[in-house]
Amino acid sequence: MRYAVEPGLYSLGESGVESDIFVTANYKLSFDILRKSLKGLNAWILVLDTKSINVWCAAGKGTFGTDELVKRVNEAQLDKIVSHKRLIVPQLGAVGVNAMAVQRQTGFRVHFGPVYAKDVPAYVNANYKKSDEMRLVKFTMLDRLILTPMEINPSMKKFPLFALIVLIIFGLQPSGIMFKDAWSGGLPFLGLGLAAIFSGAFITPVFLPFIPFRSFAIKGWITGILAAFTLMRAFEFSLLPAAASYIFFPLASSYIALQFTGSTTFTGMSGVRKELKIALPVYLIFTALSVILLITDKLSQWNVI
Amino acid sequence: MKYLLNVTSLEFFPEKCTGCGRCVDVCPHGVFAMRDKRAMITGKDLCMECGACALNCEFGAIKVDAGVGCAAALINSIITGGPPSCDCGGTTGSDCC
Ligand code: SF4
Ligand code: SF4
Repeated sequence: MRYAVEPGLYSLGESGVESDIFVTANYKLSFDILRKSLKGLNAWILVLDTKSINVWCAAGKGTFGTDELVKRVNEAQLDKIVSHKRLIVPQLGAVGVNAMAVQRQTGFRVHFGPVYAKDVPAYVNANYKKSDEMRLVKFTMLDRLILTPMEINPSMKKFPLFALIVLIIFGLQPSGIMFKDAWSGGLPFLGLGLAAIFSGAFITPVFLPFIPFRSFAIKGWITGILAAFTLMRAFEFSLLPAAASYIFFPLASSYIALQFTGSTTFTGMSGVRKELKIALPVYLIFTALSVILLITDKLSQWNVI
Repeated sequence: MKYLLNVTSLEFFPEKCTGCGRCVDVCPHGVFAMRDKRAMITGKDLCMECGACALNCEFGAIKVDAGVGCAAALINSIITGGPPSCDCGGTTGSDCC
């Protein structure tokens, strides 16, 4: 595991019996950011084993949690190392850490520090008081931009399969699979597929708050329909494939945009569940419909109907 | 940023609240505020159901059906019938919730 830090107790500067203890995850980035923001302070860092996952995600999974914290406090014998009873845990760890339970089991009082490590020095200077600002999790355009590769990658992994299906459908002729037909007929569809990935996995996340409606599925559909409209003008389509494209690609964009709920800092389970309940049947029905349209088109070309 | 309105499973029982302020302290979305030495929900639709408040309220004044608001996790749980978990797998999935 490339991104792992060995769990356990680390010393920063001239840490001693009075020094604060900061708790973090063994995800290298979390550890490094904390270490950097504590620069110049004498402190202890207690690293929990979160399977190299960051604090928030690990707290959600329970690996950054009460039991692991209690275990590490005992293993490091913190009561022999410091003379105080303060543990400073990142606030987002509260999703997994029950402060009272930790106190009952170890005697150490959990103080939930700022959400972001960069605020730690200000928090310490303010006598361990958090401003309201330090409590809130943010989700800036830059945050969202950084996350987009993680949205694009999974979709691109599915793209070859999609491309294969498209090429087979368009290449299929009574005489066998014609490569030339596959290419000329399928190419616009491949372009539209890439456009749907772009609108669902890049445009929607980056411009999230500026796209109307709260539902991610609708946001993704809107950017998807815009992308499809823009691109469709470049191609010559007959009626049925055009209809199939307008149905399918905005929905593909919508589906991909819905996946971004996994990376946001503000979408809750009940909301996503509600979206899926409506969206999944819509995706399935209309994908089937667009396939039927394409097949109908095919059959009419072959003069079957 | 607000997600869908009126969907959160967050419940608050003011009669159990002692006004310790822990919920205000742990909520990353400012859903709670202190008013007259008691907690109060001031931004219900901001709640993302992380569960931090309910876990840390010793007096059982808060209930929430906590879980991941992640489409992939929920779709997986529909397919497998298991609980929604966001194991996107792999060792490089460290940023993935
Ligand atoms: S944590 Fe519980 S008891 Fe404390 S203020 Fe919040 S609701 Fe009231
Ligand atoms: S579940 Fe999380 S977001 Fe919702 S009120 Fe509690 S702490 Fe705040």
